[in-house]
Amino acid sequence: MSETYAKSAVRALEGDMVVAEAMRQINPDVVAAYPITPQTEIVQTFSEFVADGRVDTEFIAVESEHAAMSACIGASAAGARAMTATCGAGLALMWEVLWCASGMRCPITMAVVNRSLSAPLNILTDQTDMMGARDAGWVQLFAENHQEVYDNALQAVRIAEHPDVLLPVMHGLAGFVLGHTLGRLEILPDDVAKQFVGQYKPSHSLLDINHPTTFGAYDHWDYFFEHKRQQWEGMNNALKVISEIGQEFGRLTGRYYGFVEPYMLDDADVAIVIIGSATGTAKVAADRMRANGIKAGVLKIRCFRPFPPQALADALKGRKAVAVMERSSCFGGETSPVSAEVCSALYQRSLPIKVVTYIYGLGGRDTVPDEFCQVYRDLLKIVDTGVAEPIFRYLALRDY
Amino acid sequence: MKPKGWKEISLGGLVADAGSSVEYETGTWRSLRPVIDLERCTHCMICWIYCPDGAIQVKNSKVVGIDLKHCKGCGICANECPRKAITMVEESKANAEAAK
Repeated sequence: MSETYAKSAVRALEGDMVVAEAMRQINPDVVAAYPITPQTEIVQTFSEFVADGRVDTEFIAVESEHAAMSACIGASAAGARAMTATCGAGLALMWEVLWCASGMRCPITMAVVNRSLSAPLNILTDQTDMMGARDAGWVQLFAENHQEVYDNALQAVRIAEHPDVLLPVMHGLAGFVLGHTLGRLEILPDDVAKQFVGQYKPSHSLLDINHPTTFGAYDHWDYFFEHKRQQWEGMNNALKVISEIGQEFGRLTGRYYGFVEPYMLDDADVAIVIIGSATGTAKVAADRMRANGIKAGVLKIRCFRPFPPQALADALKGRKAVAVMERSSCFGGETSPVSAEVCSALYQRSLPIKVVTYIYGLGGRDTVPDEFCQVYRDLLKIVDTGVAEPIFRYLALRDY
Repeated sequence: MKPKGWKEISLGGLVADAGSSVEYETGTWRSLRPVIDLERCTHCMICWIYCPDGAIQVKNSKVVGIDLKHCKGCGICANECPRKAITMVEESKANAEAAK
């Protein structure tokens, strides 16, 4: 089998440089980015590729993240393949224009190095930034490790530009844990990566003077709702397209992608549902529990928007109790962004699974296997007693 | 004009034709309708200059009427007319008058 896959080079790169390397291979027409804090090494590294003539990209160093996204939208409307990268507070400053990008159906792709939002002042990793943007009409992918950072970066372009989707895609990687840490990964040869990504063929271009076109025009109450309905359709279509592209990528590399990734889940009584880099730690905890005869499993969510309820329910069906791990500051709900989706998916399919939510790892706090083992022990207690309360918990918080 | 459904309209509100604003009948926004008394009108063109929507219809240098498909009923013409030849009439009353 393996000889039919493209021959890749094994590299050790920091996560930020993995993104920059993928961007170099993609060779986008325009990259607009804010070049100083809170920016990461993604843009710094990529700007060196520009300066060294290794890409043909027009690099626009803008005055803010708001401007970065605005410039990407303009470039995308002009028919360019436009990309940027941001993180934490930078994504928050983009907020208004995120909605313009998706509403104008600009297939921009953006790596987001996941960081907390201040205050108290903190730039370490959690997923508060992307969870805050979850309803902005962007497809959202998350990577567990360096390989997935690379693989998501390439697939994001295909997903965004698919004519049935035409939505921007943000793909998250944990700040510091992935972004600033060396990891092993396989990088496709440039020509293979370029061939996979392909050429962007926009349906319209602002620069086509023979066919003058208006983008982002005012939309009154009579049509605004209908145009928003189209965005839901793009998201619905993405549920099919993301899987197709994940399979195509698998045939090329041997690494197949879907919406969720189960680990030791088939016969599991108790499971942890998690997104991002801490998944590996949860897997270690599951192994330890298994060594003690506990049927523990992990379900990683790779794609949060569109949320894949059927894939999630299929994977969790038959489990007795589930802990949804939430790495974001998400105040005021009964559960959390991820947990609310999980609960809805299970409830709508009448799956009688106990669900509890754990807030964990905020502001870059490390979560170790023993702590995930404690989650499994909590779940076993819920199975034993039939009592899930409290359904909202804090993992490894000093509760005094 | 029957409004189109979401499957029938351009993606993201993209306008693929130049000069298509005229197809958008902003006259439906109007609550007050300007009615010109052409007997009083001296064709000074002040209403034509002030109208923000280009809705004053002119033929051979004479005001001949108002484009009600696009007039939003702002009333600037009536306010500026030095001869007070334009009055703003409630749409419902104007329609009832027209029906007679």
